Amino acid sequence: MTKNINLTLKVWRQKGPNVKGRLETYYANDISTDMSFLEMIDVVNEQLTLEDKEPIAFDHDCREGICGMCGAVINGRAHGPEKGTTLCQLHMRHFSDKDVIVIEPWRARAFKIIKDLVVDRSALDTIIQAGGYVSVDTGGAQDANSIAIPQEIAELAMDAAACIGCGACVAACPNASAMLFTSAKISQLALLPQGKPEAALRAIAMVNVMDKLGFGNCTNEKECEAECPKEISIINIARMNREFLKAGLISTVK
Amino acid sequence: MAWITETFTTSIGKKILMALTGLSFCGFLTVHLIGNLTLYGGQDLFNAYVEHLHSLGPLIIVFEWGLLLLAIIHILTGSILFFQNLKARPVRYKVNKNAGGRTLGSATMPYTGFILLLFIIFHLLDFHFVDHTTQTVYQIVSNSLSQIGLATVYIFAVVIAAIHISHGFWSLFQTLGANHPKYMPLIKNIGILFSLLIGIGFGFIPIFIAFIA
Ligand code: HEM
Ligand code: FES
Repeated sequence: MTKNINLTLKVWRQKGPNVKGRLETYYANDISTDMSFLEMIDVVNEQLTLEDKEPIAFDHDCREGICGMCGAVINGRAHGPEKGTTLCQLHMRHFSDKDVIVIEPWRARAFKIIKDLVVDRSALDTIIQAGGYVSVDTGGAQDANSIAIPQEIAELAMDAAACIGCGACVAACPNASAMLFTSAKISQLALLPQGKPEAALRAIAMVNVMDKLGFGNCTNEKECEAECPKEISIINIARMNREFLKAGLISTVK
Repeated sequence: MAWITETFTTSIGKKILMALTGLSFCGFLTVHLIGNLTLYGGQDLFNAYVEHLHSLGPLIIVFEWGLLLLAIIHILTGSILFFQNLKARPVRYKVNKNAGGRTLGSATMPYTGFILLLFIIFHLLDFHFVDHTTQTVYQIVSNSLSQIGLATVYIFAVVIAAIHISHGFWSLFQTLGANHPKYMPLIKNIGILFSLLIGIGFGFIPIFIAFIA
């Protein structure tokens, strides 16, 4: 049932990458429980604009959980308290009247804050550039069904490919590790025949770049898997470790 | 041979080192516990076991130095990982909340590990680097454990070890890449059982010596 609630927000405000930020208090009044979390921030921003104040900067695009642009830590939880949802899919009906909501940006050394809740996640793109692709030679296209892939393998690859690159795994990890993200891409490609020729090269290159970017080391806390909006499993991290070990110790790739 | 250092200095490489040395410690603790169970058989049985162990001569020396090497690798690598992980999030969250992944064991690994290091040093000073010419090992053990204060230290350390292993055991399999939907639930249960066995098995020794024997 729709009702309207009043909330107290404590939002991280920071003018730019190299200045100090702090939590500012705002009041979001008369918020319909049918609104999404981002719509609630829109309302607050309209109010701030009318008051001639700087609106809260936050990332968003599709607002339907597929693009991976949105994300903030809500009362200590990446994308808020609901399982398997992005921030844009979080509805205000999960909050109650008079709640105090603390909104912080993703925090990691590898994710620099650009402004307020907007962080630079290009480190994840850098990891993909290191090997998150397959090289396809040009030529006559072969029949689509000429490479048989077992249904089970296709499903596992699809589960890994569901990653939208939002960075919640890094944000939720007590060590700010990007291993769930990296392992999802390594897994997706290592599982499929098209990805196998470059599997060893890819595993070594992506892991090395991930380390250089200043992400932490996984200690199997499982917080990433619990917060991932696409519920990607840490079984992918185990697969990445196997792929990396195979590449490092058995393959001839250096 | 640069590939060896290149492999083992990466994040995953260091985790593999933690897992392999941790697995060795689990093996060591199992053998150590089985040996120590002879304490429940009284003075003669325990001293006979110690006698037997020492008669292995050079083999024991090799094992001791091997354990020391594993300990150095585990502690150094663990410390590097700990400080790298701290550095990876220079500005911490104001509000921290678990999503349900963390456990008591997983959240405290570096701290329980550090306490274990302190305990192992104390334990060696207490039992190993003492005069073995005028007293039997049973006497050394019972002199120490019959003091309530020291018995408490031992029980505390064993509980800490059980907490460390409660996460470490399944975690080492995950790190080594052995996560299979059919076997992982079993590995997790064995890990809980193993940490309980270590906790109860070692933990009752001080109680037995202090109050029963
Ligand atoms: C009898 C003693 C010990 C046993 C049986 C043991 C066992 C283990 C195991 C199995 C792991 C899991 C490895 C993984 O996550 O893959 C681990 C992790 C760890 N141990 Fe120990 N350990 C012992 C002593 C110590 C000591 C003395 C320290 C002291 C600094 C220590 C520090 C750590 C740390 C920091 C980790 C976490 C590393 C990570 O998750 O990446 N441990 N230990
Ligand atoms: S805005 Fe696209 S996933 Fe939330």
